[in-house]
Amino acid sequence: MTVTATIRIQQADFDVAQEIAALSKGRTDVGAVVSFSGICRGSEQGEPIAALTLEHYPGMAEAEIARHADDALARWPLQGLTIIHRFGRIAPGENIVLVVTASAHRQAAFEAAEFLMDYLKTNAPFWKREESARGTNWIEAQDHDDAAAARWTKS
Amino acid sequence: MKLKYFAWVRERIGKAEEIVEPPAEVRTVGELIRWLAARDDGYAHAFEKPTVIRAAIDHAHVKPDAVISGAREIAFFPPMTGG
Repeated sequence: MTVTATIRIQQADFDVAQEIAALSKGRTDVGAVVSFSGICRGSEQGEPIAALTLEHYPGMAEAEIARHADDALARWPLQGLTIIHRFGRIAPGENIVLVVTASAHRQAAFEAAEFLMDYLKTNAPFWKREESARGTNWIEAQDHDDAAAARWTKS
Repeated sequence: MKLKYFAWVRERIGKAEEIVEPPAEVRTVGELIRWLAARDDGYAHAFEKPTVIRAAIDHAHVKPDAVISGAREIAFFPPMTGG
């Protein structure tokens, strides 16, 4: 059976438990579900922040995430895949991103989730701006995120 | 062709999108960046470090040597910080 990824780019929050349950409910072929939730921290480099605002590139965000979802589905034997990324203003403690992978065994589910998060960080067209007492600042990309994505490149 | 700008590239240029018709000798994404940077101080500021700027043609990432002929939409933005 062909597995289709569920991809949503949305301003609204999402329910992590509900998304996890949706991938395994009523099935007996799923033996492992891995979920990663990215949550807004209340500080950035030691400074408290009031909120993050995520800007995105509508159209390309969906296309780019779909390309990586297809890569993951081709690379690992997944039975289900859900990716949700929020945009707009997000307060500390709120959800930003969710990746849920379902497979017969844990290794594929773990690896695919990590692969997708590494690529989302460096390739999905989203930009975070922090609000703090010092004003608003665009968050800078981290070299270690590029390194994390690069390790999945097939040699 | 339509150009789109995001994050601090958008803020420095002062607009989110525009239609441009670069001259025929502007053939690649890198040449388009140089042509735009010469327009005014805002563009010059946005593109002051061309190696930092990322580009996409029709919703797919491209390198500076990508040819722009036939592109409907080209976007310029800083390194991504989602996830």
